[in-house]
Amino acid sequence: MEAFIAFWDGAAGSSYAFWSATLVRATPLLLVGLAVAVAFRAGVLNIGAEGQLILGAIAASSVALAIPALPAMVMIPAMIAAGAVGGAVWAGIAAWLRHRFGVLEVISTIMLNFVAAALVSWMVRGPLQEPTKVYPMSVSFSEAARWPFLLDGQRTHLGLALGVVAALLMWFVLTQSAAGFRVRAVGAGASAAESAGGVNTRALTWRVFVVSGALAGLAGASEVGGVTWALYEGISPGYGYTAIAVALLARLDPRGVVLTAVFFGALEAGGASMQRNAGVPAVAVQIITATTLLAVLALARWRALRAEDVLG
Amino acid sequence: MSAIALALHDIHKRFGAAQALTGASCVVKSGCVHALLGENGAGKTTLMRVAFGMLQPDHGEIERDGKLVRLASERDAITAGIGMVHQHFMLVPAFTVAENAALGGPGRRFDAGRAAALVRRIGEETGLLLNPHAKVGSLSVGAQQRAEIVRALAQQARVMILDEPTAVLTPSESEELYAWMRRFVATGGSVVLITHKVREALAVADDITVLRRGATVLSGPSRELSEESVIEAIVGEARVTSNATPLAASNDEVLFGLDAVTYHDTSGVRRLKPTTLTVRRGEILGVLGVEGSGQRELLRLLAGRLQPSSGTVRRPVVVGFVPEDRLHDAVIPEFSLTENRLLAEASAMRGLISWRDQAETTTSIMLENDVRATDANAAMRTLSGGNQQRFVVGRERRLAPDALVAENPTRGLDVQATARVMHALRSVAQEHKGAVIVHSADLDEILALTTRVLVCFAGEVHEIAPPATPGDRGPYARALVGAFA
Repeated sequence: MEAFIAFWDGAAGSSYAFWSATLVRATPLLLVGLAVAVAFRAGVLNIGAEGQLILGAIAASSVALAIPALPAMVMIPAMIAAGAVGGAVWAGIAAWLRHRFGVLEVISTIMLNFVAAALVSWMVRGPLQEPTKVYPMSVSFSEAARWPFLLDGQRTHLGLALGVVAALLMWFVLTQSAAGFRVRAVGAGASAAESAGGVNTRALTWRVFVVSGALAGLAGASEVGGVTWALYEGISPGYGYTAIAVALLARLDPRGVVLTAVFFGALEAGGASMQRNAGVPAVAVQIITATTLLAVLALARWRALRAEDVLG
Repeated sequence: MSAIALALHDIHKRFGAAQALTGASCVVKSGCVHALLGENGAGKTTLMRVAFGMLQPDHGEIERDGKLVRLASERDAITAGIGMVHQHFMLVPAFTVAENAALGGPGRRFDAGRAAALVRRIGEETGLLLNPHAKVGSLSVGAQQRAEIVRALAQQARVMILDEPTAVLTPSESEELYAWMRRFVATGGSVVLITHKVREALAVADDITVLRRGATVLSGPSRELSEESVIEAIVGEARVTSNATPLAASNDEVLFGLDAVTYHDTSGVRRLKPTTLTVRRGEILGVLGVEGSGQRELLRLLAGRLQPSSGTVRRPVVVGFVPEDRLHDAVIPEFSLTENRLLAEASAMRGLISWRDQAETTTSIMLENDVRATDANAAMRTLSGGNQQRFVVGRERRLAPDALVAENPTRGLDVQATARVMHALRSVAQEHKGAVIVHSADLDEILALTTRVLVCFAGEVHEIAPPATPGDRGPYARALVGAFA
């Protein structure tokens, strides 16, 4: 009982818990969840969002550290752009491997995650390390590179607004536009999309890879610009992997990703509080997370089976 | 008189309502090549699947080396020394030749060295040379076929069943295969060659069995049989086809034209020899051909779904296409009817979609083509096959009202659904003065529907002149087995 109170207090028990703890954790999950959702919608199994996020963080940090004197009006858009490009380039490597050599993206993206983790380790011990060369981290960013908070006294930052706008935009594009229709068609039936629709699936999967990587990279920029204000080795505690669960739980619907990202953010915030205040190990939260996901997937399957029984 | 290696007596087999075999018999002697001939659907492959233990006969007996046997599975057949090379190979592409040869072999442990040595030894003895360490997926089709035969030999097969083996081979590869068959039977083995090519059968086989509609109608030594008598047995008496009024020949504008077009597939095998033809407005061109004879490539070249290796293709900018594999190539089962309608415009459209307009267009197609579904939002997978096919034909007609290419459009449909699809194809040519090119495995259906008929045989395209007696199917059935007038 004590554990549940601690959980509630940490996740939603106060306005601070919700706006600062839960939503700050939900922000990267939202952006990366969208990255995974758009890729999966097109049948591109990008499970390398973790690496793309890290590259986005490195790119955005590099901009912030290289020219600290930039005004915020220029600095923040430059960080956003750098983060998106960094993630897109990292995803582009996997896209190139797939189209040039036929390497499955499931393999290449997960391998690139390890390369990205090693790259950030080297960065914070080499070119981007703070001047005393003691800690594996960069110096703190200048004021201009710290992203604005959305509310006074709360830590929720610009990244959340970007994520919500991105979710609505993605939902609109997927359901209402010709380009989005092509993405869905290739994901649901690539052969029919090519044969009946004349869609160039190769060009389309390239673009989806790039967009997916850009969203994940944006999450990396949002973490360093909105939360840590510096580049660390452990910039992502596995957001790229949790995001797969976020996207699947939302059944790849961008609007649903907003809700599931907040849900997973609350689980993480509550779990951290439970560990701090009630001494419950964080593993317990992971068990809750996994159980929830399995239950939802089983429910979806059961519904699908029932639908077929009724009709067939 | 040599010993009997394998005998099938009076085999009957029914699949649901369809009687596939009705008293088929086949006696294969040791040291002989035995050709099994028949039209599409005559029961050749079914009979041999019974001999290979894949299917259980409803009635009939199987003898191996003079003893009655029961073959409950492929395992039993292999143990009895029977091997089969299927039309679609049954090899593991990611495995090497040696690993494939060892699959299903004796023992619990896989010994790579021994498997490779076995492949090499069989290669030396039989001339079926293969690199034991090559991945099967990287081999040419001819080499994959050799690997299939080597696997069967590794399992000690003495009766080898080959299902249309030369359909996928180049002429020189076919010669090599025939030479191997001669050597194999010289050592006392037997070969059953399933084929639809009469000349091939007479040239390479010692004995011939002809099946027609599931029953054996002719069997005997090939040197005592004339080509004409074998063809008569395959084709049977000319059946008069349906009383549908044949369409008149057309002299209107040419819509499709092929000029010396050839097609080579990705592994370089020539699938279509140089072909020149035209199709005019108001024509329904029927294309016949046994699987792998080049008709699939011909249709896809005309539909713009394949690019020719040489020669020029003339066709309308937009051609409607009804592919054979409906749920894979024509529609997305999980999408709604509206979304599936829009699929036809997927590459060209820009900007935003008006779903309201799209639903209206879809509903009008549903009404025109009698597509029965709750509404335009219903998922495609909830429709019956006939409704799905009428929807696809209606969608493609809306896209290209006067140019339609259809592959086996009535496959899997019941009689009524077939009639409706045929009516729709006819109306493209008659009411809209368009051109239709249609392939079907059903000869009678093609004769009832079309104005001109082409037959594809081994990558060659032959136009068959209308017979003197209307409705005489003889010339077409002969052409399908390689006997051209």
